[in-house]
Amino acid sequence: MPILAPIGRAFLALLAITGRLAVFAGAAIAHAVRPPYYPRLILKQMLEIGYFSLPVVGLTAIFTGMVLALQSHSGFARFNAESAIATVVVLSVTRELGPVLAGLMVAGRIGAAMAAEIGTMRVTEQIDALTTLSTNPYKYLVAPRLIAGLTMLPLLVLVADIIGVFGGYLVGVYRLEFNPANYLKLTWQYLEALDVISGLVKAAVFGFIIALMGCYHGFHSKGGAQGVGIATTNAVVSSSVLILATNYLITAAFFGT
Amino acid sequence: MTNAVPKIRLRGVKKRFGDKIVLNGVDLDVAQGESVIIIGGSGTGKSVTLKCILGLLDADEGTIEIDGEDVTRLRGRERERVNAKIGMLFQSAALFDSLPVWENVAFGLIQGKGLARTPAKEAAIKALAAVGLTADVGEMEPADLSGGMRKRVGLARAVCANPEIIFFDEPNTGLDPIMTDVINELIVKAVGGMGATALTITHDIASARKVGHRIAMLHDGKIVWQGPVADIDRSGNPYVDQFINGRAEGPIRMAVRA
Repeated sequence: MPILAPIGRAFLALLAITGRLAVFAGAAIAHAVRPPYYPRLILKQMLEIGYFSLPVVGLTAIFTGMVLALQSHSGFARFNAESAIATVVVLSVTRELGPVLAGLMVAGRIGAAMAAEIGTMRVTEQIDALTTLSTNPYKYLVAPRLIAGLTMLPLLVLVADIIGVFGGYLVGVYRLEFNPANYLKLTWQYLEALDVISGLVKAAVFGFIIALMGCYHGFHSKGGAQGVGIATTNAVVSSSVLILATNYLITAAFFGT
Repeated sequence: MTNAVPKIRLRGVKKRFGDKIVLNGVDLDVAQGESVIIIGGSGTGKSVTLKCILGLLDADEGTIEIDGEDVTRLRGRERERVNAKIGMLFQSAALFDSLPVWENVAFGLIQGKGLARTPAKEAAIKALAAVGLTADVGEMEPADLSGGMRKRVGLARAVCANPEIIFFDEPNTGLDPIMTDVINELIVKAVGGMGATALTITHDIASARKVGHRIAMLHDGKIVWQGPVADIDRSGNPYVDQFINGRAEGPIRMAVRA
């Protein structure tokens, strides 16, 4: 059947990629939890993901919080619900926009860098050199990135949450002329621990996805500069799509009923 | 050849990529302390042979032994234990961009053998001196080095941990004739001084004559001739004759016309 054959081929290719990714993830996790560990490399990756991503994530968060406050005001004013603005801002930022936007920004910044660095190491035989020097590339290259992604993204999102709420506060107080104490009271009033925790869980999962996809595509890049470019693009696209898909699943798990 | 167990033994090693058969039953012995050169046209599987021995690629069939131990299917810690005996100079040197030169050289000592950084750095500077590079070079980044310096650093890294076996993958590619001879001298000195076993891939017959005890010619996935370096000019093998004389006409046709 000429129509079914390409569909079948695409499906088989999808299964093959899923299988390879599952094997890679299994090996990476197994190596990440067993010694030897590389504390210097873990720290370096933590700085790269956490500290050096702060400006871009902070800017994203503050403008998101500001826009959210403005948009909520223009919408809610139609039915005299302006008092809900602070609550909408804090719930939107902590539950959704903080983790998702930080995840997407870090995917673009860090996922691409990981794929490019590891991909270049692959095509210039540096990964082979690691193996010949009795160093496991999973432990040396992948495990530190996974650990750093998993631990630093929640911290980054926590900071983004605070900055995002502050952005909403700035617009609420200085442009929409809310009473500052009242705005803060409304922010805290309906915020629950689960709102923040769900966002941090999402951040941890997104951090793992970003590091996993960056390492996976870098590890499997081939050819020269073009191969590294393709790996970089694939890392960003696949981690972004997976972030959006898992965001739905985690939201459904926390708030689906 | 004596009856002693060879340092490296390959028997019937086969490797294919898709439909392309690269190795089709390679048999090769390398004795302890011997320097063997593998020659052959581009794409005949020389690098694949080295990668199969190192475990970077899995052989489809056949056995690979090091010190009489079958290492063909070794994985994980067992593979790391065997690879700790081996140093390798890659064709492109394969220096780690993210580390300074001295840390590249000391990498095997720090990560592989758990040596502290200070004594490892001292060992790296000694290894750099042995290949004619000063301690200043140790503080440089690999990106700041010339091609010849990169090869020398790669050589220092390969020998720094005193390996029992050293592989050289086209050590002279891209170098001028003088630097080629410098690298050859360093290889002879490093291998001879350490009593290491060496397996070298090269297209350069002059280098093969200088650094090797024995030469093996790989063609169509098999060793078609092997013998002492002194016999290469009277091998009586048409493939070897064509290759060492660099003639377009001869039994090796596909590679030339490709």
